[in-house]
Amino acid sequence: MKDTHAIQLQVNGRHHELVVEARRTLADMLRHDLGYTGTHLGCEHGICGACTVILDGSPVRACLVFGVQADGASVRTVEGLAEGPTGPLSDLQQAFSDHHALQCGFCTPGFLMLAEAYLAEAAYLAEAEDGHPLSEERARELVASNLCRCTGYQGIIDALVATARARQPSGTARREPAGQEPADDR
Amino acid sequence: MLVGRGRFVADLEPRTRPGLLHAAFVRSPYPHARLTGIDVGAAVSHDGVAGVFTAASLGHPYLLAMLERDEFVPTRMPILAWDRVRFVGEPVALVVADDAYLAEDATEDVEVDWAPQPAVTTMNAARAADAPRLHEEADGNCLVDLLMFDDDRLGGIFASTALTVDATFASARVAALPLEGRACLAEWDDRDEQLVIHVSTQVPHQVRSGVAQALGLPERAVRVIAPDVGGGFGLKCVVGREEVAVAAAALRLQRPVRWTEDRQENLTASFHGHEQRYQVRAAFDERGRILALDAEIECDIGAYSAFPFTCAVEPLMAATELPGVYKVPAYRARGRAITTNKAPTAPYRGVSRPQIVLVMERLMEKAAAALSLDPLEVRRRNLISPGEFPYTGVNRITYDEGSYRESLDLAEKLVAERAWPAERDQLRQAGRLAGIGFSCFSERTAYGTPTMSQRRMRMTPGYDTAMVRMDPTGEVIVTTGTCGHGQGHETTFAQIVADRLGVHPDQVRLRQGDTDLASYGWGTWGSRSVVIGGGAAGRAADIVAGQLRRVAASLLEASPDDVELAGGAARIRGDATAAIGIGELARVVHFQAHRVAEDLRYGLEARVTYDPPGTFSNACHAAMVVIDPGTGGIRLHRYLVVEDCGVVINPMVVDGQVRGGVTQGAAAALLERVCFDAGGQPVSTTLMDYLAPTAAELCPVEIVHLETPSQFSETGAKGMGEGGTIGAPAAVLNAINDAMSDTDVRFDHIPVLPQDVSAALDRTRNTKRGAG
Repeated sequence: MKDTHAIQLQVNGRHHELVVEARRTLADMLRHDLGYTGTHLGCEHGICGACTVILDGSPVRACLVFGVQADGASVRTVEGLAEGPTGPLSDLQQAFSDHHALQCGFCTPGFLMLAEAYLAEAAYLAEAEDGHPLSEERARELVASNLCRCTGYQGIIDALVATARARQPSGTARREPAGQEPADDR
Repeated sequence: MLVGRGRFVADLEPRTRPGLLHAAFVRSPYPHARLTGIDVGAAVSHDGVAGVFTAASLGHPYLLAMLERDEFVPTRMPILAWDRVRFVGEPVALVVADDAYLAEDATEDVEVDWAPQPAVTTMNAARAADAPRLHEEADGNCLVDLLMFDDDRLGGIFASTALTVDATFASARVAALPLEGRACLAEWDDRDEQLVIHVSTQVPHQVRSGVAQALGLPERAVRVIAPDVGGGFGLKCVVGREEVAVAAAALRLQRPVRWTEDRQENLTASFHGHEQRYQVRAAFDERGRILALDAEIECDIGAYSAFPFTCAVEPLMAATELPGVYKVPAYRARGRAITTNKAPTAPYRGVSRPQIVLVMERLMEKAAAALSLDPLEVRRRNLISPGEFPYTGVNRITYDEGSYRESLDLAEKLVAERAWPAERDQLRQAGRLAGIGFSCFSERTAYGTPTMSQRRMRMTPGYDTAMVRMDPTGEVIVTTGTCGHGQGHETTFAQIVADRLGVHPDQVRLRQGDTDLASYGWGTWGSRSVVIGGGAAGRAADIVAGQLRRVAASLLEASPDDVELAGGAARIRGDATAAIGIGELARVVHFQAHRVAEDLRYGLEARVTYDPPGTFSNACHAAMVVIDPGTGGIRLHRYLVVEDCGVVINPMVVDGQVRGGVTQGAAAALLERVCFDAGGQPVSTTLMDYLAPTAAELCPVEIVHLETPSQFSETGAKGMGEGGTIGAPAAVLNAINDAMSDTDVRFDHIPVLPQDVSAALDRTRNTKRGAG
């Protein structure tokens, strides 16, 4: 007997109702039941982060969450970043393109969702408003959450830093403590 | 890719494939066992199972990779094992079900009778007199034993030389680890009577040949399509038995079947690489010039010879190319491929060159230390230098013009300018162990048939063919047999072609990875694509450009020699008013053929095959590492690459290849190794155990370009896809040894792990204490 559950959720603002098996992962449900194949599976044990999606505002590994756990939740996937399937790229996506942050592109959706979630986090926003834009060092730490086998990560770090700086609220001038070297502007 | 519209095998739409089935493999839990029976009865009756296949039910298909040399022992790789399994993870049965979860459930119901046999998991064990024989055909578990070079003078040179360096070097087995594992979807097209296989591969045509050979089909009856491929790094330039098995199942069931490898399968049951050992003697004169080199090279190739390139790839590459960028007057090299009860190997990025560069760069350091000379000066005394190109080495390889000296000189200058030595000294004063290391190397790329044929492979790769075709709107389709998967070929090829046709690169679309679309080609590996595929595309574009010029000349009543193609138009030189849009030329040729002379009618297209001898790119790498003496932890601190790949077509793409390559090479020196326990069970089965580098383990890589155009390439470009991986292990290892310079310890293996450093430091402290 299959253990199935009827659930409903929002994906990229769109309402879905479906019946899923209890053991089905959120990643498989998004990909195969709902057709959001932009979310990729690289390891299925929570290390590589290729399947990162935003679940109720937080980045999660969709391979480590069951579909039923998303009942009533709002999920954002890579398909929800740009303005519609043929609309312009988001600033973050454009920065990935500009900084050569992808080669094969398989891990890219995970990095995009990780970065998008981070840049929207309250703690980060408070720091940014306080005049501390994202440093390369901090970006490197964040990017270390996921694996990429092609790029060596530099482009991803650069794209993240560039997006963070471009999104910096106007009028919040950078305040570098005296005597400290300015952050690397690479 | 950026908006989630990538199309990898696992993304292919199930809704347009009614009846899509999912495959899961039953795999051996033993490193070595006889198979005495398989009972699939319970699995077949499992809910949702459409079929269970074994070797017997598929007719015992196999792949046979052949080298036509007496020293090579041909061995079959069964698609599904029938009488014997030779490594943990070897597939013995295939379950196909309505859903991937059900397929995996049902694999547990396949009953296999195993008779475990003693296993060999190291080359030493495999070579022992009483070792079990893995393949009946192979004496001493040796599949290739090639004395590639020999020289009667060696004995005399070693007897009279100022310095002999004896050393053993080793590199661990590693995994290529593309983020997308292997995957395939096979479906029978009833109308075309053709098996269509979507495969995550670097070599669509070789997959077609492999499937056709294994299943006894004409190649016409198989179409292989590589959709988006999530990284390959050599793992996907061989044919996987799973791909053939899934194709066979789709053929039997006449239904689409998909398999996506999970990470555990990828780490244990796909292909590994780079497990090698070198026993080397080198003779130097008192000025540090190398006089002779003698190498015994052994490669642990695992259980099977991979199709189509064979298990000889690593030992042949190593023995042929060991001298590298240095002038070695006398040379002997023997290369062997040893079979063990571990997963088979594939030509992982770099293929033996990370190891041979490591050997040569360590030898230079050892000679310099023994002779109290500057190690960079020793390199200079041995490097093939300006004025000596083209240089034909003792290994009978001709090296085309490169910047071996210049790249070393520039790297040394930049390292000094950036004050690395001062920083190293400061770190040392602060109690850290810090070191700087260099490596010099060249990378033979874009080998065509003339070079490849020396290996005597039954399937000899080399050439590639491109078709350039302009449509009636002036847009361009390029087809090639190369098959990019993240290298930016869409951009680079478009640039090459657009430049010659005078159109915008956005108007050029590359079509690759489809065996029904492209002429037989050899895919993307060995840093071959831009030189060979791009060269063919460039030459074909030249022909189409000539056609356009002649059409424009006839319409504008001018001489074709006066027509130039630029900015989307054909213009007459010196006449600002005489111009015609390229789109208009294309329209006329296709829709009003009667307006142009008969020999210019009927299409704007050309097909060209290019088969160059190969060309060497080169580089010098410099690395700085910092070691925590308490933990033994090694951090990559600074990294510099001075590289020369001839004409750089797209700097962003080139830099991306260098950075990614350096990351893999540095990780091979510091982190990565596939481990087995003493009984032959793999223990690197997850990404918790197999340490792929994250951003936190890396540092920024500075890249500086030199440009020595190649005479052997259509565009002047040289291949460069592997250089980063080739140069990094030696530079990092030399940096580690420099950091250890206050101790007696020198490492000659990779990866160097924190425990290696800690143990070495403990020994040194104890020795000092004992001496004091």
